[in-house]
Amino acid sequence: MIFLTVGTHEPFDRLVRSVDGWCAATGRGAEMFGQITDHAGYRPSHFEAVASLEPAEYRRRFAMADFVISHAGMGSIITALSMQKPIVILPRRGHLRETRNDHQFATMERFAGRPGIFAARDEHELPGLLAGAADGDATEMGKLSQFGDGQLIEALRTFIQGPAAKG
Amino acid sequence: MTRPRRVLAVASGGGHWVQLTRLIPAWDGCEVTYVTTDPGFRAEVEALAAARGQPRPGYRVVTEANRWQKLRLLRSLIQIALVLIRARPDVVITTGAAPGYFALRLAALLGSRTVWIDSIANAEDMSLAGKKAGAHCDLWLTQWEHLAGDGGPEYRGSVL
Repeated sequence: MIFLTVGTHEPFDRLVRSVDGWCAATGRGAEMFGQITDHAGYRPSHFEAVASLEPAEYRRRFAMADFVISHAGMGSIITALSMQKPIVILPRRGHLRETRNDHQFATMERFAGRPGIFAARDEHELPGLLAGAADGDATEMGKLSQFGDGQLIEALRTFIQGPAAKG
Repeated sequence: MTRPRRVLAVASGGGHWVQLTRLIPAWDGCEVTYVTTDPGFRAEVEALAAARGQPRPGYRVVTEANRWQKLRLLRSLIQIALVLIRARPDVVITTGAAPGYFALRLAALLGSRTVWIDSIANAEDMSLAGKKAGAHCDLWLTQWEHLAGDGGPEYRGSVL
């Protein structure tokens, strides 16, 4: 299975349309399953899609997938790294009003080049990256530890246990 | 004898929540209540707490809202105020977004100590809420080293 997710909050028609086109061209629509939000303006005709998924079902679909296609959201990227799933990311753009600014473009640039992350600058780069992810080898992806940076966790622990409130 | 610290850990669903759950060991030994926008994450934090030999955490759901949805924001604000009054946390920790910002501002007024951890999604500039939180929290963190310093947030590591 290939799992397409655009995140919880906003639709991402440009990504869904591109993936639909790829399915039409490659005949891989039967393998694709998408989560595209309640407000999606574009409904795919070559693969099955739902508006939203319960967290447990989202994780199950993610775990089942050979690879994942997603907006450049940190929830998807962290989940992919922790499950060692190759992931193709396309950033939402501010000027296209897909989100409020270009923070996803910055995320895409920061994470491009990590093993298992296939970063598209725009939808024209998608087909090539999808082919790459389909042939990719997830064993190159390092396994992300279950929790964050030990230093950060220690800093928070020290703060929590530190001197009590002002009042 | 000192009682365990009461911690309120706040994050909206999606990426903010994923980041919060990667910091869970920081509040081992505390009495923790999670506040989020989706009832579906409860099983995950209960399982994580059990696996770490921690008591079952509290779990509260508040309305999801972004800055354009004024009525939903108001509802979210009232719900968070009620959670804070009941939970009386010593420390409020949030990874954002709007519900976390509200919790932080209200908690600061009620005398709790507060931590803002700006989302790792903000690699070029802190989030708007993150910038506004700076003046009102005790520990103000970015997850990008190049955004830290000089009157700005601190960098102490990331959720990765």
